[in-house]
Amino acid sequence: MFYREAGDFKTSYAADSQTFPIAFDRWRYYFVIAAGFGLLPFIINDYWSNAILLPFLIYAIAAIGLNILVGYCGQVSLGTGGFMAVGAYTSYKLMTAFPWLDMVSITILSGVMTAIVGVAFGLPSLRIKGFYLAVATLAAQFFLIWLFNRVPWFFNYSASGQISAPERSLFGQAVTGPAADPSAKYLFCLVFAFALAWLARNLTRGSVGRQWMAIRDMDIAAEIIGVNPLRAKLSAFAVSSFYVGIAGALFFTVYLGAAEPGTAFGIQKSFLVLFMVIIGGLGSIFGSFAGAAFMVLLPVLLTNVLTGAFGWDSALARHFEFVIVGGLIMFFLIVEPHGLARLWALAKEKLRLWPFPH
Amino acid sequence: MKTLATIAAAGMIAAGPALADLVIPDLHYRTGPYAAGGIPFSDGYQDYFTLLNERDGGIGGERIEIVTCETGYDTERGVECYESTKGQGSLLYQPLSTGITYQLIPRATADGIPLHTMGYGRTSAANGDVFEWVFNYPANYWDAASVFVNFILEENGGSLEGQTVALLYHNSAYGREPIRTLELLSEQYGFNLIQLPVDHPGQEQGNQWLQIRRERPDYVVMWGWGVMNQVAVQEAVNIRFPMDHFYGNWWAGAEHDVMPAGEGANGYRALNMTRLGDLPVFDEIQTVVLDAGLGAGEGNNLGSVLYTRGMYAAMLAAEAIRTAQEIHGTAQVTPAMVRDGMEALEITDARMAELGMEGIGPEFSVSCTDHGGAGMGIVQEWNAAEQQWVTLSDFIESDASVIDPLIAEDSEAFAAENGIEPRC
Repeated sequence: MFYREAGDFKTSYAADSQTFPIAFDRWRYYFVIAAGFGLLPFIINDYWSNAILLPFLIYAIAAIGLNILVGYCGQVSLGTGGFMAVGAYTSYKLMTAFPWLDMVSITILSGVMTAIVGVAFGLPSLRIKGFYLAVATLAAQFFLIWLFNRVPWFFNYSASGQISAPERSLFGQAVTGPAADPSAKYLFCLVFAFALAWLARNLTRGSVGRQWMAIRDMDIAAEIIGVNPLRAKLSAFAVSSFYVGIAGALFFTVYLGAAEPGTAFGIQKSFLVLFMVIIGGLGSIFGSFAGAAFMVLLPVLLTNVLTGAFGWDSALARHFEFVIVGGLIMFFLIVEPHGLARLWALAKEKLRLWPFPH
Repeated sequence: MKTLATIAAAGMIAAGPALADLVIPDLHYRTGPYAAGGIPFSDGYQDYFTLLNERDGGIGGERIEIVTCETGYDTERGVECYESTKGQGSLLYQPLSTGITYQLIPRATADGIPLHTMGYGRTSAANGDVFEWVFNYPANYWDAASVFVNFILEENGGSLEGQTVALLYHNSAYGREPIRTLELLSEQYGFNLIQLPVDHPGQEQGNQWLQIRRERPDYVVMWGWGVMNQVAVQEAVNIRFPMDHFYGNWWAGAEHDVMPAGEGANGYRALNMTRLGDLPVFDEIQTVVLDAGLGAGEGNNLGSVLYTRGMYAAMLAAEAIRTAQEIHGTAQVTPAMVRDGMEALEITDARMAELGMEGIGPEFSVSCTDHGGAGMGIVQEWNAAEQQWVTLSDFIESDASVIDPLIAEDSEAFAAENGIEPRC
């Protein structure tokens, strides 16, 4: 009824090809952005920032990154945890070596470094495909974690092998370290998540994204119509690793503050982000956010409901949480194999026709 | 998203306890690969506070409210637990995880909530001059390493020249802690040190034990936790390593670590920071807490190594709160007051006997500069036939001349990195 394009006239090609062609959709999007930037920073406390919104935003960035590689370019990767570790250790080395460097540059440089590493590990993708590529990226995961465990230079020779983020500020506001205001940390991550999601959306709509998708759908056909597989695949690895590296840097500097490679960036992290992408929806920016929300927020929500509202024992609640989240994953994958993004699209389709089904 | 948020917020409001009580959070882990150690510790920790509530009406007339949160030994969940419980007036945290401790040290310091990491966490936190809010009395990892070396020194008549010691460690901040001390001690006493890291969670140790079989070290010392311990003991049995030359630190010396290996584990040795035995307080817990159905767990852990340690940790926390109440003349203490109480804590033999746990730990006192306590440990040996640990030694002192400079060095580096001024 209210969600439809009738009466919403476009007078230019630009207006016609915009991301949100339906006015209602556009306004909803503006509203979410405005609430995220203008409202939430004033009302969130430590818990909401540190335990819920920061991991959500950071995992969303990582999921977008992996989605570019897996969802748009069709190259399966299990090295996400290792690439996040590259971002984290780069930012740690930069923060301790150049204390005057601001956090935005550090984070972006961490992304650039990870992109370089990602391209290096992406080279085999020109020869091997599918499961074999997944195994090659798995090697990257184990090699990188081993490297950060093994070479003391990466953790500045500290006794325990832990890296911890010193306090750094931006515009006079601390954004890392324990003294940082929760809203400052939140805004810092939100700006990155917003800018990167915008960039990803427009990249995937443009010629680069079309090349990636052509490679994904059939690489031989893509090559015949003039897509350079070397450029397309390596650019996908570079952009994807750039995103994952930024997520790893933020994960360490802003969210955790201290990390060790084995537990923070282990193989389970790679799987977690891959699940986010699969559950959220392959080849969808919204899906990356939805998948991150599903995997990060749902367990926290379940814990709060089961122990808080029902008064369950916290260990029992944790066990049930595994059962419920696992069950929901299976349910979603059976009912809608294309992920939450597809469910969302179907809901919008239905809403356009509502209340007249024909 | 929005509805999720509302429900979560509603859940959190419902979870908040009455603010009048003394709130003690228990960040336990009863799930995951480390649950075998997490459950008895948490049972002991909670049961002792329940005992105080039921028998004495709390501490200083103020009832104790235990807030539990499941971390699963996972650092991210630990942070979530900390953030969700700190607003409820939590008096002190004991996360029982070195990884989570590293996350919490800066946060708790900024929030002004004391952190007690008994025999784990960051060793250099023993320097109270730098770490105002962190305590690791009565002993730390470097003490453990030194106690172990002192014990085998005595066994070998004061010389370890030419001997080989293999350190089998959990490849995390926890397992890496003793390396620096052992390296220093190996130079001092002339033994060779082999380092064998085992990756989380520790089920795969085939390579490490192959190497042990090849290199034939005289001693193996293990810094393990969770499932890693059981696997290591079993592997040692499999290669017929002499068990009385295989030592665990105090997190690798509980009943459940050796039981699965059966008879073969006989003679395995481990450090401990508390004495074992039948303490009067166990009878009280049995009658007042467990028989009344108020136990935190199933009650089958009473008296086990880690249960005793959890209870000991709770006793130290309760005594700190009591000290804080005396110093500030109020029963309603705040986290900052508890910190003062911890810093003025004095544990004497008389007091431990009064509490029904005579000689459970060493006598020690805490001061502004010294947050580390006595730094002593005992050595115990597993008797597989009797299914119990046998105490081999009295409390052995660590070598302060080795450890103190290391603590000073590491804590000063931390102070310089974070711009902390010495405060004592």
